Amino acid sequence: MIQWGYTINQPRAVNLDRNDLTAARRIIRQMPELQACIACGSCTATCTAGNLTQFNFRKVHTLVRRGEYEGAYEEMNKCMLCGKCRLVCPRGINTRGVVMLIKRELGEY
Amino acid sequence: MSKKVIIVGGGVAGMQAALSLKGQGIDSVIVEKSDRLGGKLCDWHKLFPTFTPASEVLGPLKEAVERAGVEVRTGAEAERIAPDSVLLKSGERLSADAVVVCSGFDLFDARIKEEYGYGIYDNVYTTADIERMMNEGAVALPGGHAPRRIAFLHCVGSRDEKVGQRHCSRVCCITGVKQAMEMKTLFPQCEVYNFYMDIRMFGPGYEELYRQAQEEYNIHFVRGRISEASPTFDGRLQIKAEDTLVGRPLKMSVDMLVLIIGMRAGESNGRFAQCPGVGCASNGFLAPADLFSGSVLSPVEGVFYAGTVTAPKNVGESMSEGAYAALRVAEYLGARS
Repeated sequence: MIQWGYTINQPRAVNLDRNDLTAARRIIRQMPELQACIACGSCTATCTAGNLTQFNFRKVHTLVRRGEYEGAYEEMNKCMLCGKCRLVCPRGINTRGVVMLIKRELGEY
Repeated sequence: MSKKVIIVGGGVAGMQAALSLKGQGIDSVIVEKSDRLGGKLCDWHKLFPTFTPASEVLGPLKEAVERAGVEVRTGAEAERIAPDSVLLKSGERLSADAVVVCSGFDLFDARIKEEYGYGIYDNVYTTADIERMMNEGAVALPGGHAPRRIAFLHCVGSRDEKVGQRHCSRVCCITGVKQAMEMKTLFPQCEVYNFYMDIRMFGPGYEELYRQAQEEYNIHFVRGRISEASPTFDGRLQIKAEDTLVGRPLKMSVDMLVLIIGMRAGESNGRFAQCPGVGCASNGFLAPADLFSGSVLSPVEGVFYAGTVTAPKNVGESMSEGAYAALRVAEYLGARS
């Protein structure tokens, strides 16, 4: 078949009718405090890894909670577990624990 | 001869004003356009942030007004106000030594935001509908099923230039959180999403309730405004928004869409503002003499304000203003006698 070089883009929308939220619910059950995140971004602002790479902890965990797991494990691997994010979180979330939890739960993605 | 004060509006602010005046030996007449005292609170089920039944606030207040022997004229709508009189729609003019305007607010008509389909699709509700259904004891979908997924949309008719409502209605954020929790309690299997632009938790216990909604009730807060609702083949609604915190569009279908409607200025404000000196702020609410020590004074001597006639307020604030207005009325009358 002749390839004309055209492709169809996959829709970018987060589709909550299709996403499988099982893993997200499992994560939330183990760490319900994660839902108290108000997306202030102080974790990302202070993040050692985020200053050197594209790593954005706030964005990754928000996506995970919406059932968007693809690449989350690799992203969380950029974390150096220094724990500064936990010191600054105004909602008292164990952010470092969240990194470990997501890595544990989403290893297969 | 004893002084007489006319209170325009028999909601919580008006009733409290009448009671506080009575406490100082001043008689008042409440002029109420509907056929009952209590105002909007009559249609409300429970109050944020404590889930106190509205009747627990309203009942004792109504009883106290009755016990105090305050003259109440229901079915009497004020057409014009002046420092020395109130003209009713019926043409009757009531003379007064002072007038307290407590005519409150109007609920935003959600049909104006046509893109959300209120009044077009069966499964779009407003927060006022939810309170009414709770009062009637039956929250259910038209077919009688329990909803599996509910979306609440904040700021419908607030902070929206497109509908001429630039102001923040303040109390709707916490109302949305309260109702989301109530729905989760009614339908534990249901997923509840709140779509917001900002969450403004201004009162005592509000932020705590918000956090409880997140952590203990598993309510999902998505920062993004729903752009539109459209029907699906199976009679549900599809909604679209941007999840602005991850920078991606988001779509989902829901069984119920609840529009968290705001407060708009009372339609009578324009008529009252025809009294020389009285004026509306740019958002249509009546403008007090100043926002600090004169929050219950109009720029005209003898005309006072209390409650949501000047800005969106919660029940407690409205009642406090009723009492404060009564104090300022007493001072004004005392200085004139």
